[in-house]
Amino acid sequence: MTEQKPNSFRNQPDERGHFGQFGGRYVAETLMPLILDLEREYTAAKADPAFKAQFDDLLEHYVGRPSPLYYAERFTDALRENAPEGKGAQVWFKRDELNHTGAHKINNCIGQILLALRMGKTRIIAETGAGQHGVATATVCARFGLPCVVYMGKTDVERQAPNVFRMKLLGAEVVPVTSGAATLKDAMNEALRDWVANVHDTFYIIGTAAGPHPYPELVRDFQSVIGIEAREQMMKRTGRLPDLLVAAIGGGSNAIGLFHPFLDDPDVNMLGVEAAGHGLDKQHAASLAGGFPGILHGNKTYLLQDEDGQIAEAHSISAGLDYPGIGPEHAWLKETGRVEYTSIMDGEALDAFQFLCRTEGIIPALEPSHALAAIMKRAPEMDRDQVILANLCGRGDKDIFTVAEALGVEM
Amino acid sequence: MTRFSNAFSPDRAALVCFITAGDGDTAANLDALVEGGADVIELGMPFTDPMADGPAIQKANLRSLGAGTKTADVLAHAKAFRERHPDIPLVLMGYANPMVRRGPEWFAEHIADAGVDGVICVDLAPEEDPDLGPALRAKGISPIRLATPTTDGERLPAVLDGSSGFLYYVSVAGITGKQQAAIDSIEDNVARIKRHTDLPVAVGFGVRTAAQAEAIAKVADGVVVGSALVELVGEYGAEAPAQLRDLTASLAEAVHNARK
Repeated sequence: MTEQKPNSFRNQPDERGHFGQFGGRYVAETLMPLILDLEREYTAAKADPAFKAQFDDLLEHYVGRPSPLYYAERFTDALRENAPEGKGAQVWFKRDELNHTGAHKINNCIGQILLALRMGKTRIIAETGAGQHGVATATVCARFGLPCVVYMGKTDVERQAPNVFRMKLLGAEVVPVTSGAATLKDAMNEALRDWVANVHDTFYIIGTAAGPHPYPELVRDFQSVIGIEAREQMMKRTGRLPDLLVAAIGGGSNAIGLFHPFLDDPDVNMLGVEAAGHGLDKQHAASLAGGFPGILHGNKTYLLQDEDGQIAEAHSISAGLDYPGIGPEHAWLKETGRVEYTSIMDGEALDAFQFLCRTEGIIPALEPSHALAAIMKRAPEMDRDQVILANLCGRGDKDIFTVAEALGVEM
Repeated sequence: MTRFSNAFSPDRAALVCFITAGDGDTAANLDALVEGGADVIELGMPFTDPMADGPAIQKANLRSLGAGTKTADVLAHAKAFRERHPDIPLVLMGYANPMVRRGPEWFAEHIADAGVDGVICVDLAPEEDPDLGPALRAKGISPIRLATPTTDGERLPAVLDGSSGFLYYVSVAGITGKQQAAIDSIEDNVARIKRHTDLPVAVGFGVRTAAQAEAIAKVADGVVVGSALVELVGEYGAEAPAQLRDLTASLAEAVHNARK
């Protein structure tokens, strides 16, 4: 293996779907022909102006894009209070929590359902952790009149009851999954089992930039609207690029969507924030910090696993980050050193959640609260004229019960 | 002659039996399959996330891991089996991550030492063969691939390339242990596959009864039974060997005499 720096960080994956040693197509043979079909169809769609026009039109008029770019003045000032003289970077938010359905997940679902329709598929399945992807999938299925089955771990069904009800209101069938720890990983296993038995008519809308090729690529491309917009907005508002991008990472779709359009801007640093749960020496969901390369759910990537390759149960207070793997492009970006990765514990995310509520009047989801907590550590070390841009990838309505319980508040 | 070519003879079909390693008394269960008349043994390597398996084999995986089964135990079961049964082909079946965790060379060397003849890696598509295939072939171990109803003629050569031992035809698009395909479709697909290869073709997924096994044995080189056996291990625990022997004997009689 050479340590040579690539000419561009934006031309992955290769024709076999590999990001360096990561990614690939590790699926049962039944799915392989379909995966190859999807790849052909996606390649054709990318080259079709009508596909892009329909995607852009739906994002503008149905999702509500572009989402605002917002300077968080009081959040910035509050962090400066405890910063050394001259320190305390400006904090800006890409407001993807204002999207229809309350998170970035809908960007990807719009793209994938258009692909499903192109391929003549008549039934949609999805997995969901926090329920945001399930809600977004149920939403686009209602919009296009397709039946929708969402697999969701039983544990998550219980801790995300409002989203379960939302999916049902939207006409989706929510199937609680009881195997394993009954969270996102197990929901994904069950969705794959459904797919393998229904390949002829079913399209699987994967919710994050992971899974077999071409999913990591196409999810990234659909989510890149975040970074493309943010880059233009930042240039227009400030005449410069940000110094640091920050985003939370479960599978990593909002982070790759923000990062990818900036990867070849050498002066833009990037920080991906994993969930350290109860701590990296205890139960957590930080697969880059605490895992090893392995193969699961169709791709090679960093996984939480034991010495025999058995997959460990992840833990995070945020159901959306509670997954023992990570998208393969992040694994590659870590190994190349282009992106820095850190992790934030449950308690730190809870503090950041409350801090944003009080300083900005924005209730964030627990997922971006991890990114906020990382900013609270990083901004006071940076100069005042430096700019941090974070993706506020979801709103916190779904999390208020979890937060209340964690804070010992009875509702 | 390899153990595989002995097991798949031209004049009668072979019975291929699957159980999960570390689920129940593995040695006694394996011996019962051989006593019942199994021609090839598939020993499942347990995995936390068996996403191509139905409920019966999922539960077997979890029972095995719950009992503390490690990769070292699977290798020990294989090695002990080979010492007791020098002539019966032994195939390890499972998922990629436990197989490549310590590197493909480590895995190939240790299973070769244990006397394993072939490996079925469910989630290693031919496209990802470099992760395991070269290491297996270097040690003389057969990578056994799966073909399915969705594997068309254009794709079959890629599936067959680098594989040996036998080809496993998965007769239904789905997970293990569920519905069974119509015999006409099985016959057509086996004939189609055999136009591309001289390898024996064994057919599995959803085979539970002697009657089903007999019908398949008329049109294929082998019949694979898994979930029905694994369910007996789950139901009878320590008493499973006698049950396994009886079911295997009835399946073996049906398979071996199907073409008479």
